[in-house]
Amino acid sequence: MNISYIILIPAIPLVVFLLLGIFNQRIKPSVSGYVGVFGLLASALMSIYAAYQYFFVSGNVDGVFQTFSQKTVWMNFTDSLHIDMGILIDPISVMMLIVVSVVSLMVHIYSRGYMKGDDGYTKFFAFLSLFTFSMFGLVLATNLFQIYIFWELVGVSSYLLIGYYYTKTSAIAAAKKAFVVTRFADFGFLIGILIVGYYTGTFDFETLNNPEGSAILNWASSSFMGLSALTWALILIFMGGAGKSAMFPLHIWLPDAMEGPTPVSALIHAATMVVAGIFLVARLFPMYYFVDNGFVLNIVTYVGAFSALFAAIIAITQTDIKRVLAFSTMSQLGYMMLALGVSGYDGHEGVGFMASMFHLFTHAMFKALLFLGAGSVIHAVHSNYLKDMGGLRKYMPITNTTFLIAALAISGVPPFAGFWSKDEILVAAFEQDKLIYFVGVFVAGLTAFYMFRIYFGIFWGKDNTYEHTPKESPLSMTFPLLVLAFLSMTVGFIPFSEFISPNKVGFEAHLNYPLAAVATVVGLIGIALAWVFYKKENSLADKWAIGFGMFYKWTSNKFYFDEIYMFVAKKIFFKRVSEPIAKFDRKYVDGTMVGIGNTTVGTSKKIKGLQSGRVQDYAFAFIAGAVVIGLVFIYFWT
Amino acid sequence: MDILSLFILVPIISITVLLFTKNLRQARITAMIGSIIQLSMAINLVFSYFKERAVNDSLMVFTKDIVWFAPFNIHYSVGVDGISVALLLLTSIVVLAGVFISWKMFDLPKEFFISLIVLSIGVYGFFISMDLFTMFVFFEIAVIPMYLLIGIWGSGPREFSAMKLTLMLMGASAILLIGILGIYFNSDADGGALTFNILEIAKVNIPIEAQKLFFPLTFVGFAVIGALFPFHTWSPDGHASAPTAVSMLHAGVLMKLGGYGVFRVAMYLLPEGAKEWSWIFIILSVIGVVYGAFSAIKQTDLKYINAYSSVSHLGLVLFALLMLNKTAWNGAIIQSLSHGFMTALFFALIGMIYERTHTRNIAELGGLLKVIPFISTIYVIAGLASLGLPGFSGFVAEMNIFVGAFQNDSLFVRIATILSVTVIVITAVYILRVVGIMLMGPVKNVAYLKLERVTWFEKLGILLLLVPIVGIGVAPLWISNMILESLQPFIQGLL
Repeated sequence: MNISYIILIPAIPLVVFLLLGIFNQRIKPSVSGYVGVFGLLASALMSIYAAYQYFFVSGNVDGVFQTFSQKTVWMNFTDSLHIDMGILIDPISVMMLIVVSVVSLMVHIYSRGYMKGDDGYTKFFAFLSLFTFSMFGLVLATNLFQIYIFWELVGVSSYLLIGYYYTKTSAIAAAKKAFVVTRFADFGFLIGILIVGYYTGTFDFETLNNPEGSAILNWASSSFMGLSALTWALILIFMGGAGKSAMFPLHIWLPDAMEGPTPVSALIHAATMVVAGIFLVARLFPMYYFVDNGFVLNIVTYVGAFSALFAAIIAITQTDIKRVLAFSTMSQLGYMMLALGVSGYDGHEGVGFMASMFHLFTHAMFKALLFLGAGSVIHAVHSNYLKDMGGLRKYMPITNTTFLIAALAISGVPPFAGFWSKDEILVAAFEQDKLIYFVGVFVAGLTAFYMFRIYFGIFWGKDNTYEHTPKESPLSMTFPLLVLAFLSMTVGFIPFSEFISPNKVGFEAHLNYPLAAVATVVGLIGIALAWVFYKKENSLADKWAIGFGMFYKWTSNKFYFDEIYMFVAKKIFFKRVSEPIAKFDRKYVDGTMVGIGNTTVGTSKKIKGLQSGRVQDYAFAFIAGAVVIGLVFIYFWT
Repeated sequence: MDILSLFILVPIISITVLLFTKNLRQARITAMIGSIIQLSMAINLVFSYFKERAVNDSLMVFTKDIVWFAPFNIHYSVGVDGISVALLLLTSIVVLAGVFISWKMFDLPKEFFISLIVLSIGVYGFFISMDLFTMFVFFEIAVIPMYLLIGIWGSGPREFSAMKLTLMLMGASAILLIGILGIYFNSDADGGALTFNILEIAKVNIPIEAQKLFFPLTFVGFAVIGALFPFHTWSPDGHASAPTAVSMLHAGVLMKLGGYGVFRVAMYLLPEGAKEWSWIFIILSVIGVVYGAFSAIKQTDLKYINAYSSVSHLGLVLFALLMLNKTAWNGAIIQSLSHGFMTALFFALIGMIYERTHTRNIAELGGLLKVIPFISTIYVIAGLASLGLPGFSGFVAEMNIFVGAFQNDSLFVRIATILSVTVIVITAVYILRVVGIMLMGPVKNVAYLKLERVTWFEKLGILLLLVPIVGIGVAPLWISNMILESLQPFIQGLL
């Protein structure tokens, strides 16, 4: 398969970024929007073509999906270790190309309407292109270091876009927080990469992931504190992934990241960048599975399951619709993680892996839709808070319908997309670990509940009176909603297992009717509860909240994790480490040096009195000296 | 005249011409022309070097040797390898950028540019010398104009800072001189004549006891100017008082003499000493790396932030040099270059901000992105480069250092390496703190709304520095190969 044209997929957004970035002041906003959209359209068309070529024409040889790669050396470390830049084409990277390009294209189109009239319109599109370029680079990466490079670049694009409204204090703080927290996770990631590089002698995915390769076969060759070196490496790499994918306890940046413009939240903090952590584990899945007999996958499972539950509980109590969606994203990412964690490798055992990727795919569509829908609402009412909304279905019919479709999809109602992928995750969990399965089902119920809580809260509920009558968003914004709504209804029917599996051999996955029924019923119960609580304005919800007492308070304050982190950062690191060091440096280190100088000056002041300038003093000193020398001389002579 | 001695001669001619200039315009144009010639010579040198390297595989190329003091066998002996070529290029770029940044130096312009160029002579001479004594002389030539430049054109407590800086560096020189003489008097260990020539000394087996004795002296003597903890405190005060171009040159180039000297003299000539003592200097350099970064978090003066950040970044250079392997050394050299460009850029930007707002206190600044967008944007870019973002030179350097350090499998070095990797997080904190407070946010002072936009000579100065940062960051292979090739013989000497 000829893959050389695929390099253009990331290259086009890069060119667009440079163009818009450098000529930022000179390009008219109307032009820059089109440049961004058409650039990405080209990338998206090529991605779709590449997917068609790969999955249906030449990717599959004798039932096995092939891996194609093209790379050149970018940086040499040692004779064997080097960073390559290139593209790696295999089922998951091709799938990610589709996800990134489709969602990004929709967000680009949408932003033309949403950001209209904004001062930094061109800059916004430049940043979006930078992000898209970096994300393409990330999914196409051929080796650990390349993925790390683009990993950092998506991180900085995220920083720039969260801080897009740079005069707002909260946005600045959120951007900084997102960058520093993920950087902290990347610290682990980088150490993990260094360990892998040292013990396996390569960063290359194809070599590392080969089940018969030396990296995997010799995993036990060296150990540290009871675990093999590679196990440590995989744990640390997972730490990087957990940071990017907002897994507990590194999740604190994601809710704050909602300070960015809503299209950004849809693209980066819902559909693409935050799944990078999932993608990373999936990318190294053979290593995770074979090294230490999948020990690290247990960690992945439990972190994923806990995050899914934790975030879903918090999502129920949030009043800012974007934060509800943010916690929902975290919860769904937890699903994907746990699915990877419970996955096997061969044939039907690989259903967890497949389900994770499937859910990543469907989630990207419906979560982007939810965010863009929320953006449409925010655009109309100029507020993020549920209290400022209500009864909007009358004013915004398209937004209402598409949001409902997305809500049904995420709640796992058949035949919408989320139903199919969530079902596969639950099947995988059921076969592996019943506890995880129950958590998964419970979270499904919570998901349906909080999602319909905001759906009813926005579009039904009380009939709010508005200062300016809200109106439906323009076509540039509703068109992407319609496209994504269509996708949210249909992509569930893609037979994912035929295309994506850990060992790259397609398999048959059937709907497990009893499990599907259970999940659906739980989801419907969640929706029904939300109906009772929020369809019409009533005080039921408040009463229940009071009933939960402390637990409600803790939940609505996100279990005080922000405060804990702030305490550690401000009170411990700034106050107990940084400030004392800065003082110590001035007072003692510098003080010593200045002290040496002053001592010299002081001593010289004291002894300079000897040079008095009076002849009689010198005469006295001369004679006294002569006498002393004379005495010494005589003493030794005799 | 040989291609290298021109690097000394051209500045001397510039100085001679400068003596006859009458006003700022003439002075700056003379300085600019001189520096442009230097830069084109440096670029030419890179190409000639590649050409020469293809046919000549000796350690140093373009060599030239003249005896200038026969009784002690002191030579004027010059030659370059890939490392010195890269550093010469760095110097010439920073000097030219410095001239552009000093475009409006109304105070004694002639004297200012003369001192600046004298300083650059010292640096050029240092990088091309192969004779320890000549090298030392150039080292002193580079340090002394610093005193005048800070004392006369500086700000704040300038006499104090100038004195402190000069005395600390002179103290280091004294130690260094003992080290150099120690090497000299042991250079006849294999029966040859006493010599200062580095290449000849490298062939001699200096007695191990002497190596152990003189390594720490030589190392510390050089490392003080490379901001080794705890001898770094001249740097924050010195930078804070120095005028912009001097800070640029000092942090960008002069501080590189430290790492270069450690590598060329201490490591190369006293390898056994290096092995013996490395543990203690590894500890000091890692302390410098982490400690500098933590101190930077709490500073409020932009120049202090940058000075402490330099302590951290250059700590990494010394740390990498002590790893005694090719990858880390390559990282150390690239980090030297990268830090040189970055910190010069930072100081240039700080100078521009100071010139407009008359404050360097970040608490008083705010919302600059709105009022001076070009300068602020470049500041963000420089910040991102400084925190090691891929696509900029810092990333390439740091990754080489970390991967190289990780090749060393003793637990001690592992811990040291992991500690120094923490700077990728701490650096992000202090950089983003400045960006958040100073550049973003609402405009704090209405007077800032009328700040002067960036001028053409400022833009030129910025671009000169930015291009290599991005160049190395995007396509690191050529420079890294040039350096790696030159490192090969050193590494062989060590094993």
